[in-house]
Amino acid sequence: MKKLFGIFLFLAIVYILLLVSNPGARSFRNHFNLGQEIGLFSILSLGVGMVIITGGIDLSIGSVVGLSSTLLAILLVDEEYSPLEALAVILALGAGIGLIHGLLITKLGLQPFVVTLCGLFIYRGAARWISGEQNKGLGIQFPDLKAFFKGSSDEFPRFLIFFLVLAAIMTVFLHLSVYGRYLYAIGSNEKAARYSGVKTDRMKILAYVLCSTLAAWFSFLYLMQYNSAQPSDTGNFYELYAIAGAVLGGCSLRGGEGMVLGIFIGTCIIRILPNAITMWGIPSNLEFMIIGGTLLIGAIMDETIRGGTWRGLLTRLRARFGR
Amino acid sequence: MTPFLEARDVSKSFPGVQALSEVSLRVDSGEVLAVVGENGAGKSTLMKILGGVQLPDAGELFINGKSVRLLTVKDAERQGIVLIHQELSLADQLDVAGNVFLGREPTWGGPLKLLDSRIYRDAETITRRLGLECSPRTRIADLTVGQQQLVEIARALSLQSRLLILDEPTSSLTERETSRLFDVLRELKSQGIAIIYISHRLKEVEVIADRVSVLRDGKNAGELSKTEISHEAIVRLMVGRELKQFYPRHRPDVPADRAPLLEVADLRWQEKPGQSISFSLKPGEVVGMAGLMGSGRTELAETLFGIRPLRQGEVRIDGKRLSLRGPTQAISAGIYLAPEDRRVQGLVLSFSVKHNLSLASLDRLNRFQMICKGQETTLANDMVEQLRVRTPTIEQRVEFLSGGNQQKVVLAKWLCRDPRVLILDEPTRGIDVGARSEIYGLMDRLAQEGLAILMISSDLEEILGMSDRVLVMHEGGLAGALPRDGLTEEAIMRLATGGGLER
Repeated sequence: MKKLFGIFLFLAIVYILLLVSNPGARSFRNHFNLGQEIGLFSILSLGVGMVIITGGIDLSIGSVVGLSSTLLAILLVDEEYSPLEALAVILALGAGIGLIHGLLITKLGLQPFVVTLCGLFIYRGAARWISGEQNKGLGIQFPDLKAFFKGSSDEFPRFLIFFLVLAAIMTVFLHLSVYGRYLYAIGSNEKAARYSGVKTDRMKILAYVLCSTLAAWFSFLYLMQYNSAQPSDTGNFYELYAIAGAVLGGCSLRGGEGMVLGIFIGTCIIRILPNAITMWGIPSNLEFMIIGGTLLIGAIMDETIRGGTWRGLLTRLRARFGR
Repeated sequence: MTPFLEARDVSKSFPGVQALSEVSLRVDSGEVLAVVGENGAGKSTLMKILGGVQLPDAGELFINGKSVRLLTVKDAERQGIVLIHQELSLADQLDVAGNVFLGREPTWGGPLKLLDSRIYRDAETITRRLGLECSPRTRIADLTVGQQQLVEIARALSLQSRLLILDEPTSSLTERETSRLFDVLRELKSQGIAIIYISHRLKEVEVIADRVSVLRDGKNAGELSKTEISHEAIVRLMVGRELKQFYPRHRPDVPADRAPLLEVADLRWQEKPGQSISFSLKPGEVVGMAGLMGSGRTELAETLFGIRPLRQGEVRIDGKRLSLRGPTQAISAGIYLAPEDRRVQGLVLSFSVKHNLSLASLDRLNRFQMICKGQETTLANDMVEQLRVRTPTIEQRVEFLSGGNQQKVVLAKWLCRDPRVLILDEPTRGIDVGARSEIYGLMDRLAQEGLAILMISSDLEEILGMSDRVLVMHEGGLAGALPRDGLTEEAIMRLATGGGLER
């Protein structure tokens, strides 16, 4: 909890910066859009956060989003699947992708970075192949479906509601269930977990399956919101945003650390920051630099405060120059 | 004569702990000073202060009679003090010479800083001196642990070290490597180098030390000169009392016809199909398993626990064949393993005592896969009390416990699951005398309750003290079984080194 305090403070600062930027930033409309975005992108952070907790990484989720949103549009429009069938197909696709990742990593002993990096290329290529490089959209079809999932823009952001439900389930899963305890144990010391009788391979596979399945669920909501998918574009860089959110929220890439609430706060920062930049009227081509710089400052602050580096440094300096 | 190094009234405290209070120590050139004490007695802290890793809160250090402040490791090294940690800190993908001169590589080509191949010649001069027979171009990863230790010492010598501090240098060395190390230390001693030697193995201390300084609870407990050094004298100072009956084994008469609990029949390794292992354990028995490093003892333990695949042979429990596909089958049969390296395999160091204790039992401590926190806490409190684990609370991170208490947590993790067969791999390695005798007492009690215990150990004293029978491994096979009567260290060593049963 103490760890979360720092990052929460950081979020508060970014949010205040947003509020004072210009009147438009304080509007309900802006908050609604932010809420939708946060609700959407937190799904990915949560998924990859779980993998990071086990000490792994998933670089492929952006491409999984590209592939499954493209496929979803094709199934719904070209193949005339019912929405439920189409959703089932892409969730199964996500689960299958995660299963393959998990099996390659646990049974063949490949490195998660390598496996999912290959995935990043393969699924992006697959998306472009099945679509013939054509953008796939829903057009004006499925108005009711879209309306139900996006919600209307004068009420509480519906994506955020969906996410809060998901977050509640994940909190129980990660922090109260046996599975969650096993995931943390694996991330902290996989050998010890194995020597305690934990089925480590199975648990790691589960984490990858959930991560990719959540990416597929994200694609569904994404298509509802944005109405079309660009096979070569949709989802680009999303894995990096997701990882950034999870890491900013306290997941250690060494594994064994991270909380649902922290991941959520981290994602909030990642989404609010660009909004604040736009609202301040800062040229949008500086956006990436500012995000990167902020992340770096956050990481430095986190390491120095938590690692006690400052205190160590001060003690040594004091000793060297005679207290 | 002024000692090379003297520490006067050194104190150091950490939040909540007074690690050292007014400890004094001196070591002369050309002398081996052994520093012993139970875990938590303050040895490591004192050595870190001498090595410049930590600063003392109070007290003074003198080198050749001059007061010095050692603020960094570099400072200490400039003064000729080199600390060699228990866990070796070598870059294992670099070669020998690269490690010896790491951070101090001679270069040429001015600002280009190209590496000078001179280091190979220089490194070889030093390694020769230590009797390390390998090319300075050998990768560290390809060396044995004993050779790696010598590389660390070579590095110290290349720093013109005047005082060498060795922290548990023999904990992973074979007997041969240990005696080689001792030869090296004697050689260095004759060259006027001072050596501080830290070890739990009192036998070794008796052999190598010129003087013994004992620490207890962060204070000086006493000193023994060369002639006074004996096992009992050291133990007396360490624990502050006489240890009666260090090995509390009550041997009930296990009837010869009692059915075996665990049977291993014709187990073979893929790499060594010529060797076969067969033995059995009866309820109530403590069977010792001796052998040199790499003789296959740990591999056998891991196979019985299902961590390693059983390729050939059979494991039976109560006469029924066990199909071992993973630890799950071993665990449900009641076969548990306390692994060799408790920090790596036995414990999740960043977890609390409670979470470590429950980790293997979560399959019982849940309702619909939700952890029952209440039951978990009760279990942890019970086990901590039962085994007298010394920890402030069950929420304490297990990495902050002493070695002995960590080992108790590893044991407790299994004891709460009603074990039938316990395999203990090096159960007391790196554990202080007090906790050791508690663990022996526990083993004795468990055996009397009808468990079968297989105790793998490199400590022959422990094997002799605790075992009802001894199995000796050699080169992946069972070299022989020795009965309790007439058991000697020589007989075990003869089998372990490939000699026959009869002389």
